[in-house]
Amino acid sequence: MSAFRFSAIMSTALALGLFAAGCGGPAEVKAATLKPEKDRKTAPDFALKDAEGKLVHLSDYRGKVVILDFWATWCGPCRIEIPWFMDLQRKNKDRGFEVLGVAMDDEGWEVVKPFVAELGVNYRVLIGDDLTAQMYGGVDALPTTFLIDKSGKVAAVHVGLASRKDIEDGVEQLLQAPATLASAGGAEPVVSLGAK
Amino acid sequence: MGEPAKVSAERGASVEVKIPVTVDAGFHVNSNHPSEDYLIPLKLTWTSLGALEGGDVTYPPDKLEKYEFSEKPLSVFSGAFSLTASFKVAANAPAGPGMASGKLRYQACNSNTCFPPKTADVNVTYQVQ
Repeated sequence: MSAFRFSAIMSTALALGLFAAGCGGPAEVKAATLKPEKDRKTAPDFALKDAEGKLVHLSDYRGKVVILDFWATWCGPCRIEIPWFMDLQRKNKDRGFEVLGVAMDDEGWEVVKPFVAELGVNYRVLIGDDLTAQMYGGVDALPTTFLIDKSGKVAAVHVGLASRKDIEDGVEQLLQAPATLASAGGAEPVVSLGAK
Repeated sequence: MGEPAKVSAERGASVEVKIPVTVDAGFHVNSNHPSEDYLIPLKLTWTSLGALEGGDVTYPPDKLEKYEFSEKPLSVFSGAFSLTASFKVAANAPAGPGMASGKLRYQACNSNTCFPPKTADVNVTYQVQ
């Protein structure tokens, strides 16, 4: 019985990084500063369930500054950022600030609940879905973190492991900024001052 | 993407198949034995062997690399490497062509970003003499 070698070629080219990178995620934006208000777009509303099965909409948080963090348990950089968000939640929970974590694990709560419990995550965690990911540009690269202002508009996007200072500074700027009027649907309200 | 290699083997013969893999520069995938429980390993699983038996996979030596997001070095594969699958052609294999198929699951990251686990098809074609 003779042993010999030969090569096999995969039916798909195994350029693994290429597979991973070429999935149409959002362009990398490392926002050291917030977008000017006039350039901000309304963050898409979504309906996702929390650990208790309660349906959560982003619009529930209108009037608050929100960190919307897309993450997964298998994502090392995400695990670095989560304690930062826990600190921010602890320090700012009474200032009109909330963190929402959207877990993108295919296994859902089966893997997310134990992780959240082990780490003692002190903010609301939701299970993401494809629809929500698509609304936010695909979110194929994790972590992806959106800073959302009190009007429900995206003030900054961080793709990949962010600078803690950038995140903290951005949140603080948004907390200190006055709320601007905006309807729940994102359209600007018509305000007539001095009309007679 | 190329055509699968055509190979010939006699009934009862042992064969080793090298499966070349390339990870793009700047990326890595977790090895078959990641450093942390939460990391998803690279794993080749055969879904159909055809007239081949066995299919044990030997993975290359891992690399221990330190990244911004890890406190300690992680066990990864990067660049070009090969997996080796060991088969034996069944003693009663019919003469003629066939194909073994498998799935390679992997999860890739770069220095500060990770991407969802994906699965690539692996096909090994053979000719029983």
